[in-house]
Amino acid sequence: METITQINSFLAALVLLTAFGMLSQKRISSLIHLFTWQGLFLSINTAIVGYVAGRHHLYISSILTLSLKVILLPYILHVLIARLKHRKDVETVVNIPTTMLIGIVLVIFSYHLTAPVRELSTFITRSTLAIALATVMIGLLMMITRRHAVTQIIGFLAMENGLFFAATSTTYGMPLVVELGVALDVLIAAFIFGMFFFQIHTTFDSLDVDQMARLKEES
Amino acid sequence: MQNSAVLLILLGTPLFAAAVLAFVGDRRFAPEVNITGSAATFVAGIGLALEVYEQGSMLAGENFFFVDAFNVYLAVLTSFVSMTTAIFSRPYMRREREHGRVGHWGMRFYHAMFQLFIFAMLLCLLTNNIGVLWIAMELATLSTVLLVSLYRTPTAIEAAWKYFILCGVGIAQALFGTVLLYFAAERVLGEGGQALLWTNLSLVSDKLEPTILSLAFVFLMVGYGTKVGLVPLHNWLPDAHSEGPTPISAVLSGLLLNIALYALVRCKVLVDGATHSHHAGNIMMGFGIISILVAAFSLLRQKDIKRMFSYSSIEHMGIATFAFGLGGPVATFGALLHMLVHSLAKSAIFFTVGHASQMHRTQEMDRIKGLFKGNPLVGWGLMFGAMAIVGMPPFGVFTSEFLILTATMKSAPLMTPFLLLGLGVAFAAIFRKVQAMVSGEIPDYQKPLKAAHVPVMLHMAIVLAIGIYLPDFLSKWFITAAELIK
Repeated sequence: METITQINSFLAALVLLTAFGMLSQKRISSLIHLFTWQGLFLSINTAIVGYVAGRHHLYISSILTLSLKVILLPYILHVLIARLKHRKDVETVVNIPTTMLIGIVLVIFSYHLTAPVRELSTFITRSTLAIALATVMIGLLMMITRRHAVTQIIGFLAMENGLFFAATSTTYGMPLVVELGVALDVLIAAFIFGMFFFQIHTTFDSLDVDQMARLKEES
Repeated sequence: MQNSAVLLILLGTPLFAAAVLAFVGDRRFAPEVNITGSAATFVAGIGLALEVYEQGSMLAGENFFFVDAFNVYLAVLTSFVSMTTAIFSRPYMRREREHGRVGHWGMRFYHAMFQLFIFAMLLCLLTNNIGVLWIAMELATLSTVLLVSLYRTPTAIEAAWKYFILCGVGIAQALFGTVLLYFAAERVLGEGGQALLWTNLSLVSDKLEPTILSLAFVFLMVGYGTKVGLVPLHNWLPDAHSEGPTPISAVLSGLLLNIALYALVRCKVLVDGATHSHHAGNIMMGFGIISILVAAFSLLRQKDIKRMFSYSSIEHMGIATFAFGLGGPVATFGALLHMLVHSLAKSAIFFTVGHASQMHRTQEMDRIKGLFKGNPLVGWGLMFGAMAIVGMPPFGVFTSEFLILTATMKSAPLMTPFLLLGLGVAFAAIFRKVQAMVSGEIPDYQKPLKAAHVPVMLHMAIVLAIGIYLPDFLSKWFITAAELIK
C-alpha cells in the first residue's frame, strides 16, 4: 500500500511539474509535447488507482484519456499548427518569473482550500486533490496570461486534465456515463477550436488574440 | 411506460430534426422543416406538462429523467420560445441570405445547430443526473459558439472566441463543484451513478457534509453563474448577443440564461439542505444585486441596440438570482414568474430589434429612427416590448418585480433601495433610447420590410395576459414549484 501511495504522489508531482513547465514554455510545439506528457501521467495514474482500488471502470477512463489526450488531441494540434504554418511561432511572453511565483501561490492556496476535504477522505489518493485543483488553477492562469489562441486552448485542456485528476483522486472517478459525456464534450470542443483557428487565422492573419480587441465598452 | 414515451418524443424530436436538417441543408424548405420540428417538440412539451399536472412529479427511464413542476414549466417555455423563434427566423434568415451575410454552408449549419441547441437545453432540464446536467450545459454552449461567429466578421469571431473561452473556463469550475458534490454524496449513497441523481441527493441532503457542500457551491456558483451572465462574470454576454444572428440572440437571452439559473437553483437546494444556513442564498443575493446595479448603469451608455438589450438581460437575470437567493415562498414565486415573463418579453424584443436593424442595415441606435411611421408593427412591438421589460403595469414583468420587491422589503429591507435604484436607472435608460428610435420621420436609408408579426404578438399577448390575470393553473403550478425549492 505504501509503495502505491508513493507512486501516486510521484505521478501527481509529475503532473504538477508539467503544468509549471507549460507555464514557462514559449514554443508552441514544446507546449503540445508537455501537454502530451501530462495526459500520459494522468492515464498511468488512473490505471494504477483502478488496479489498487479494484475499480475496473477506471481502466476504461484510463484508455479514454490515453487515446484522447495523449494521441488524438496532440495529433490534431500538431496538424493544425503545421497547416497554419505556425510551427516556428515562438510566443513573446513577458514576466515568466512573476507568473511562476503566482503559480506557487496558487498551489499553496489549493492546499489550504482543500484541507477540509482531505481530512474527511479515506482514500489513499486524497492528498492529490490539492494538486489537481492547483493544475486547474495553473491552466486558468495560463489562459489569462497568454495571448496566443493555441496556448489558450492548451491551457483550457490542461484545466480539463486537472478536473479529471480531481475526479480520480477524490472519488475513484465519476460514474462512467459522466466520464463518457465529458470526453464527448472535449471531442466536440476540439472540433470547434479547430474551426476557430482557421477562422481566426483567415480573418486576422495571425493567431494572436491581442488583435481581437474591437469589442469594447465605449465610454 | 407511457411517461417515458412522451419524454422520449420530447427529447428525440429536436435531435432527429437536427439530423434531418443537416441533410436538408440550404434547400428552400429547410426553414419549414425547422418550424415543424420545433412545433412537434412544443406539442410533446405540452403533453408532458399535462401528464405532470395530473399525476405530479415523476421519474422515468430508470430514474435517469425526473420531471416536476419546476422543470416542466421551463421545458414548455423552452419548446414554445424555440418554436416562435423558428417562425421568426424563416423570413429573417432568408433575408440575411439574400444580403449575402450567410452562405450555403452557413444555413445548413445554422438549422442543424439550432435544433441541437434545443435538444441540449431540454436534456439539461429533464435529466436527473447532475453530471449529465453539466454535460448538457456544455453541449448547449458548444452548439451555439459557432452560431455566434456565423457571419465570419472580425467582431463576430472575436465575440465567439470570448464566449467559447470564458464559458469554457466557467463551466470547468462547475465541473469541479460537481466532483466535490459527488465526493460528498458518495459517502452517504455509495459509489456509482445513483449518487449523482438529484432525487436521491435531495432525500439525503441533510446528511451530506456541510463543509464540502459549501465549498462545492462556490465553484458551482462561479461556473453556472458565468452562464447566467452574472457580474463580474458577464463579459462574454453582450458580445455574443450583439454579434450573433438575431434569432440566436433571442434564444440565448430568453432560454439559455434561464437554464443556467435552473441548474444553479437545483444545486442550491442541495446545499441548503446540508448546511441549514443561508450561506448559498447570501452568495446568490450578492451576485444578483451587483448584476442589477452594474447592468443598469451600463445600459445608460450603450450605442448598439442588441448590446443594450443584452445588458437588460443581465439585469433581469440578476433580479431572478437575487430573488432565488432571498428565498421564501413569495420571492421564489416571483422569481419563477420573472423567468417566464422575462423570457417571453425579451425574445419578443429581439424579434422586433432584428427587424428594425434589418430595415436600417445597422445596429446603431442613433441611426434607427421613425419606426412608428416606417413599420407600425415593428415600432409598436418595440415600444410595448420596452414597456414590458422595464416593468410597467399592466405587463407581467410588473407583477413579478412587484412580488420580489415586497418580499425584499419584508426579509431584507436594507437591499430595497439598491434594488429600486437599479430598476429606476434601467427604466430611464431603456425608455429614453427606445423613444428616440420609434418616433421621428422616416430616414431615407430605411427600407420597408414585411415583418414576421405572429411571434411578437403572441409573446406580448401572453406577457400582457399574465400581468392582468394570472391563470389558476399557472399560479398553482408556481406554488408547487416554489414549495419544491423553498
